[in-house]
Amino acid sequence: MTAHRSPAVALERIAKKFGHVVALRDASLAVAEGEFVCFLGPSGCGKTTLLRIIAGLERQNVGVVRMAGRDVSHLPPSERNYGIVFQSYALFPNLTVARNIAYGLEARRKSRHEIDGRVAELLDLVHLRAHTQRYPAQLSGGEQQRVALARALAPSPALLLLDEPLSALDARVRLALRQEIKALQRRLGITTIMVTHDQEESLTMADRIVVMNHGVIEQIGTPVDIYTEPRSRFVAGFVGHMNFLSVVADARPGWSRLGALALRHRAAPPVPAGTPVTLGIRPEEIIVGSGARDAENRIVGRVAGLQFLGAFTRLRLDLGDSAPPLECDLAMGALAEVGAKEGVELPLALRADALRVFRDPTPPAASDA
Amino acid sequence: MRRLAFSLLVLVLFAMPAAAKDTVVVYTALEPEQITDYMKAVNKTLPNLDVKMLRLSTGDISARFMAEKDNMQADVVWGVAATNMLVFKNAGLLEAYAPKGLERVQPLFRDKANPPAWVGIDIYMSAFCFNTEIAKKKNLPKPASWADLTKPVYKNEVVMPNPNSSGTGYLSVASILQRMKEPGGWKYLDALDKNMAEYTKSGSKPCKDAAAGERAIGVSFEYVAMKMKKDGAPVEMVLPKEGSGYEMEANALTRKAKNNAAAKAFLDWAISDEAMRLYSKYFAAVSVAGFPVPEGLPKDISKVVYPNDFDWSAKNRDRILAEWQKRYQK
Amino acid sequence: MPAIGPVEAARIPTPVVRHRLDGERVLRGALLTGFALFLWLFVGYPLLQVLWRSLLDNEGQFIGVANYVRYVRTPAIAASITNSLWVSTAAMVLTVTLAFVYAYALTRTRMPWRGFFRVVAMLPIFAPSLVHGIAFVYVFGNNGILTRQTGLNVGIYGAKGIIFAETFYCFPHALLILVAALSAADARLYDAAAALGASRLRTFLTVTLPGVKYGLMSACFVVFTLVITDFGIPKVIGGKMSVMATEIYNQVIGQQNFTMGATVSVVLLIPAAIAFAVDRLVQRRQYSLVTSAAQPLAPGRSRLARALLFVYCATIAAAIVGVYGVIGVTSLVARWPYSFAFTLKHYRFDTIGGYTPLLNSLEVAALTAVAGTVLAFVGAYLVEKCRTIASGPLYVASILPVAIPGMVLGLAYIFTFNAPGSPLNRLYGTLALLVLSNLVHYFTVPFLTATTSLRQMDAEFESVGASMGVPFWKTFWRVTVPIALPSIVGIGMYFFLNAMVTLSAAVFLVAPGTELAAVAVLLMDDAGDTAQAAAMSVLIIGSGLLVRLGFWWLLRGITRRTQAWTATPSEG
Repeated sequence: MTAHRSPAVALERIAKKFGHVVALRDASLAVAEGEFVCFLGPSGCGKTTLLRIIAGLERQNVGVVRMAGRDVSHLPPSERNYGIVFQSYALFPNLTVARNIAYGLEARRKSRHEIDGRVAELLDLVHLRAHTQRYPAQLSGGEQQRVALARALAPSPALLLLDEPLSALDARVRLALRQEIKALQRRLGITTIMVTHDQEESLTMADRIVVMNHGVIEQIGTPVDIYTEPRSRFVAGFVGHMNFLSVVADARPGWSRLGALALRHRAAPPVPAGTPVTLGIRPEEIIVGSGARDAENRIVGRVAGLQFLGAFTRLRLDLGDSAPPLECDLAMGALAEVGAKEGVELPLALRADALRVFRDPTPPAASDA
Repeated sequence: MRRLAFSLLVLVLFAMPAAAKDTVVVYTALEPEQITDYMKAVNKTLPNLDVKMLRLSTGDISARFMAEKDNMQADVVWGVAATNMLVFKNAGLLEAYAPKGLERVQPLFRDKANPPAWVGIDIYMSAFCFNTEIAKKKNLPKPASWADLTKPVYKNEVVMPNPNSSGTGYLSVASILQRMKEPGGWKYLDALDKNMAEYTKSGSKPCKDAAAGERAIGVSFEYVAMKMKKDGAPVEMVLPKEGSGYEMEANALTRKAKNNAAAKAFLDWAISDEAMRLYSKYFAAVSVAGFPVPEGLPKDISKVVYPNDFDWSAKNRDRILAEWQKRYQK
Repeated sequence: MPAIGPVEAARIPTPVVRHRLDGERVLRGALLTGFALFLWLFVGYPLLQVLWRSLLDNEGQFIGVANYVRYVRTPAIAASITNSLWVSTAAMVLTVTLAFVYAYALTRTRMPWRGFFRVVAMLPIFAPSLVHGIAFVYVFGNNGILTRQTGLNVGIYGAKGIIFAETFYCFPHALLILVAALSAADARLYDAAAALGASRLRTFLTVTLPGVKYGLMSACFVVFTLVITDFGIPKVIGGKMSVMATEIYNQVIGQQNFTMGATVSVVLLIPAAIAFAVDRLVQRRQYSLVTSAAQPLAPGRSRLARALLFVYCATIAAAIVGVYGVIGVTSLVARWPYSFAFTLKHYRFDTIGGYTPLLNSLEVAALTAVAGTVLAFVGAYLVEKCRTIASGPLYVASILPVAIPGMVLGLAYIFTFNAPGSPLNRLYGTLALLVLSNLVHYFTVPFLTATTSLRQMDAEFESVGASMGVPFWKTFWRVTVPIALPSIVGIGMYFFLNAMVTLSAAVFLVAPGTELAAVAVLLMDDAGDTAQAAAMSVLIIGSGLLVRLGFWWLLRGITRRTQAWTATPSEG
């Protein structure tokens, strides 16, 4: 991607309110051509509103929407050149699969022959050739979703918008469709924005994730970025699991205190000593057992509970009165090795390079401009 | 497609009032079965006329005509009680017009002004219908007079038309009040009310009710009584011995039809000999002399009617109706 | 994290970024404006006219509430208020009670002939209200067939007659609602009651009745409104009893007292409006009653109950068939009850100009059905799918007409379309105005039907269309309309059948050349030509039944065509 190419979609300081309820504040974002971006956040965070503003189905109070450099803020949906798939699919129940897919093509005054050809092509693409003449109600949920996808792609739009496309499906179908949609997107190279509240879905599918909360974009980054370098306590807690420890800053830079215990953590902008901050560490980053003996940031935890989760087991470890219990994931082998049982005390180490620092508690206004 | 539906609707809304050239809108209170007869003749004699007719009872047609005074629909009022015509004239709704052949009409039967605002065509009078079958079953004597109708034996057996809606009803009430004077007339009506089963809206309904056996005695007018008898209903006609009230029916040109030649043509026809011959089949008397009287009616009706002071009837109409309603309408 | 409050919101400007005005938005705006204009012109403005007239004297001088004072101070007229109220209440209690048992038998037992009983009970819908009054006179009148045979005169003229005739007339309306309410039962509640050892009576009182209480209230509302606004039956069989609907007629037609007519109209609006408001409140809470997990109730098995209910239904069905049989026979014999010689002469209608009124009625009904269906459906679409600040007021204005009695509407239209110098006067005296009055009078139910069927559709159909550059009217035509077709057909039928039998508004609006069949029945009955009135009734009922049959056939075709796409998934 060259620097002078305009992004496929650019949002500049979008704000939206419904009456007195603010849905979006100052959302800015650029999506590169061919990129797969996920809007991730809990329900009510404004992600669907943002998608609908891009689609022109909702109108922002403030801000500019650009597509390929062109300001489309004032264009009605029909002139923005995108395809959209809704959570409910919104398939037309009275039209066959083929007619559903042809729906957008017919508006473009193409010849019957051209339309038939394109419909066949798309049916092949989503593996539904056998169902051409069926009605939506005669298809399974996954098949309906694929028809909706084909219908959105049929007019060859520049942009594909997916609004929680997989949330109505059962778990197995959902996993299979994730792969399929991702593969299809790669093959077609179509710029795609997907709204989801499922962090796993966004981690597996997206090139970049936009994490949103309370109408604010909290962080934009690749899945690895988001997981390993969460910029806020909210992002850290929403994407994957994270243990949080309330501590106060120490006079030495890079150190803080948990009660009597001094903890070294990642380098962070210095704050005055005594400032409360939060440290975060993921359950799989805690060292348990003999490996912890000589490490720094050593503590002892008593096993308060075990939760078997298949590939690994999650331990709940009590640290005493001064801190909330920690969660720690151990693979089967490691579990046997440390001899974790309820009531047993285990040596632990909190790797300094895994201890992230979050300034305490960040009110939303603080992240404003 | 939807545009088509809409344009159709628009078409329906605005194309329909367009009228053909020789249309005459006629409001009438004449009896429906007579109108059929008359219209056959009209269609033959005046083939270019498209007569649009609204037929309602006297009160209804008057109300309609008065209600429409700012957006008048009617060209001609035909066969409506003279009492009502006086009201119309005073309200300025009529256009004076002297139809062809006016000179043949007896002076009593026309508006005194020249040209006249209205011209009469016929006279009808109150008459009782008495169901003999019911009478036998319930052992009721045949009434001979207005006075008889207040006898307790007829309790709930008498029906008469509501003077508010029916010309027949009003002529009966007006004639009673003229004859017995006020308040004596009202006292009589109070007594009559005690025997009254119902006040009907139309003037012919009481007699038809009596014919159907729903009531024993119906106060109506002579034509309907004779017709019921002819149709085979077990009824007899009674002309009360104090004298029947009578009413004249008349025609007029409306203000709207000032320059409507077709309307005038219709009014000319409506007092022609052809029309008079037809009217005379149904009425005790018509306004042009020399036409036969229907079978079963006295040759000289002046012997059986109580003279009607039309001016008094018209002038006191509102007051009488209000008083009547206060007393009897519950 | 603190919620984002109004202070925050105030920092964001309220106007939204405007989209460029394209053809679609212009069209949508034009349609919305048109719909709003229609509601204003034919509902709002005429009603205000009535209200205004009630504050004037007959010379057009403003006199405040003097008319109302006169109304309540004139005992004879004021009596019409109490008469209306108690007669309507009595008819309501009787109708709903009878219909409830009938509906119970239809839905909760395996009684034989249920289909037949259901069809017969619907018959009164096809006849103008006053036909029931006429039939009652023939049977129970002073010289009615029953009175002649038994010598027992029940004294049908007056309150008794009104109440019983109204009960017949309103029976199917109540039945429809109660059958629907009783069908939606949750068997699990009955199982629970049985498991707890509740007696049959207790189960009825604690499970059955509460389950249908909203249906019962709705039925009461519908019947009460029908009776208090009905004019045909009191006119025919009321004898000396005056009710509000006939009082309006007497004031306007009998005495040309338009301002007093307007005054009574405004007073008549009150109970109808209250009943309407109560029903809306109740409806709002109704939907959560039967959850999707409800189990259908298996009909009861008691043989004695079944037999008793069968006798009950058979009696009512026989009475209904009897009423229509009497009408049919009267129209075909020379002179009821004296001569039963067969004749067709009553079908000549020579006194009212032959078949013109019937043809007019059919034309008006057909036009009402077409125009009404388009307007109700498009109107509901605009309110439901084109969300604007006007949506709320438009919705209220659309469901308001149900609270306007027909007489009041008719009077309002005289005031509105017969005013000096008004361009609307062109409508006066036309069939078009009759069509419009029917359309408004019966607008609410179709509008709500259309709204319901639109709400059941996926909210994103239009968005999908828009995203692909398909204009909204194309998606409306290709998707929305086909899906809603069963409702649309039902709406058309509702308009048609009601327009065939309506009397109250039409009686003020018929003009030369626009006579209607139902009005002809009234006028012929008035003139004492009851046999001809009966004959015309037979034709009205007959054409209604034929049209109903046609619609049934049409619906069957549609159902067959749409079966494919309403089917459940054929494979996992």
